[in-house]
Amino acid sequence: MVVTGDYSAAYGALICDVDVVAAYPITPQTFIVEDFSEFVADGLTDAEFVKVESEHSAMSACIAAQAAGARTFTATASQGLALMHEMLFVAAALHLPIVMPVVNRTLAAPIGIWCEYNDTMPERDTGWLQVYCETNQEVLDMVIQSYKIGEHRDVMLPVMPSMDAFILSHTVEPVHAPSTDEVADFLPRYQPQAILDTSNPMTIGSFAPPEYIQEIRYQSEVTMQKAREVIQQVNDDFAQTFGRDYHGLIEEYRTDDADVVLITMGTVTGTAREVVDDMRREGKKVGLVKLRFFRPFPLQELRRVAENVEAMGVYDRAMSFGSGGPAFIETRHALYGLDIPVVNFLAGLGGRDVVKEDVRLMFEKTLKAAKEGRAENETVWIGTRGVKP
Amino acid sequence: MDGLDTGAENTWCPGCGNFGILRAVKKAVQRLEETGVERDRLVICAGIGCHGKIFDYLHLSGLYSLHGRSVAAVSGMKMANPELRPIAFVGDGDAYGEGLAHLLFAAKRNMDVTVLVHNNGVYALTTGQFTPTTARGARTRSSPRGNVEEPFHPLALLLEAGATLVARGYPGRLDHLAELIVQAVQHPGFAMVDILQPCVTFHDTYKEYNKKVEVLEEPLDYPGALVLARERDRLPIGIFYRTEKPVYHRELHGDLHPIRDSLSRKQRWQLVQKLLSGETNE
Repeated sequence: MVVTGDYSAAYGALICDVDVVAAYPITPQTFIVEDFSEFVADGLTDAEFVKVESEHSAMSACIAAQAAGARTFTATASQGLALMHEMLFVAAALHLPIVMPVVNRTLAAPIGIWCEYNDTMPERDTGWLQVYCETNQEVLDMVIQSYKIGEHRDVMLPVMPSMDAFILSHTVEPVHAPSTDEVADFLPRYQPQAILDTSNPMTIGSFAPPEYIQEIRYQSEVTMQKAREVIQQVNDDFAQTFGRDYHGLIEEYRTDDADVVLITMGTVTGTAREVVDDMRREGKKVGLVKLRFFRPFPLQELRRVAENVEAMGVYDRAMSFGSGGPAFIETRHALYGLDIPVVNFLAGLGGRDVVKEDVRLMFEKTLKAAKEGRAENETVWIGTRGVKP
Repeated sequence: MDGLDTGAENTWCPGCGNFGILRAVKKAVQRLEETGVERDRLVICAGIGCHGKIFDYLHLSGLYSLHGRSVAAVSGMKMANPELRPIAFVGDGDAYGEGLAHLLFAAKRNMDVTVLVHNNGVYALTTGQFTPTTARGARTRSSPRGNVEEPFHPLALLLEAGATLVARGYPGRLDHLAELIVQAVQHPGFAMVDILQPCVTFHDTYKEYNKKVEVLEEPLDYPGALVLARERDRLPIGIFYRTEKPVYHRELHGDLHPIRDSLSRKQRWQLVQKLLSGETNE
């Protein structure tokens, strides 16, 4: 089928046979739940679709439905995600494997509707798994994988697959759509660990004094760490079943003999692949790492890549003001003790296009840092009026 | 010219009910000036939705807030500077949905602000989902099998919450609407005008409204207004109910102007010393 990223996400929910959907409209996510409501109206699914009055209510409804044993789905973007903030912690700490595609859109002010990661990045500490997609196919495939990963007994955590506003959400691409039966074989029925059941009453999410909470936090970390292995297993199973391999936490592109690598996320990766090919033809040994999962963060994987290169560039589509781009901060954490320059590139904020020339500049700056053994500037703003990159 | 144009490109659909609302607001601003309400005392706020674009088309000071939060924002404006006359432009999906609590509590407190609701019964900017005022059974993008929820009566709800001026207007009666806005801004207390806004793209109600709308000559008493506000078959426009009650900022700090009348550092220090010395303040 030739469909948008939004449709891919909705279709993913359909073939994963979700039981409950609760959602609220927000551009550029709206088509996801709208497409899903058509599936319901057309009788393609018997899912309960609750149209609530805010995103806060949407997440609350999903939490309750998942706690009652249902496989649930919702989707949001930007302000909607911010409004859900406090409920995101609840979903994760209660180990409810909800799946929620997020369309990355800039968070106000100023009000804008285009792509920036300042909506999902602030949610990286909520306990949700986060994966950033490059194509509409990946969006669909990651909805399926997200259920399989999140519902794994060793994980039991909610997952947030995200896609770039408009670049994916509203743009059509050819997408291979597995059938419900194929997915049913890959993804068994959801097996809840503890459910709200009137014949066996229990309390979920009760008050806890300091005597208990620290252990609960520790458990969240243990499951998040276990998710690393599960992500790889699910990736490999998926590749074997459906023939599409996303390589797990990160994907490397032409890194084997690379002098420098650039770390990218989301759709900029596609542009960067072309730049790598161009520069390779010119004899420059550059490579690319697509940072897919941000939670859990691929600490070992990035360190392994870094051990064989002379410098690294990290692209960020959000800024943690007063520090650096989130991907940069975490990459440096992964590389602690390795003596190579790491350069942070800020570009594409508020939905500004990131074109091949921008990515080439990132590579050139990283190559220069490799040659000189240090970065001239650690934080480089690309394509910003009045700011020299 | 009225000096209210901003030159921003208008992106409402041709025929949108918002054009009439914009015209009525501009007329109302001019009439208010004639009655002595200076333009720089009017401050505006808008939520998110098609209605929110009015913020870009009006050359007035203001703050563009978040979805549903305009009423809270104008409340803050009034509390900080009681000389201002804040106007909140909101939508039905905005103020009757996600921001409903703010609306009800501003009415309950009799916050001295004006709320103009562009009520089109649809989330138009996100292209056509049902809202809290969409009719039962209506087929929308989010209710392809028909809306299963009953809409609520916004005017009855606001009367119940304690609003001291409750009105309904229609941009098809431009002068009438402009006059309602003037009355609402001049009203000392919480004033809400629910504006029947046809949406030509997703919920075209021009024909229905043109046929059904009738002008209510006089405000009613409270029980009468409540009964009329619950009517579904008739669509009276005008002021349903008006009363005067103490306004919130005066109840809280009388004639004090929190910014202008705030104590200097020295005065505060003197006050602290007085308190510490055990002398009681009156």
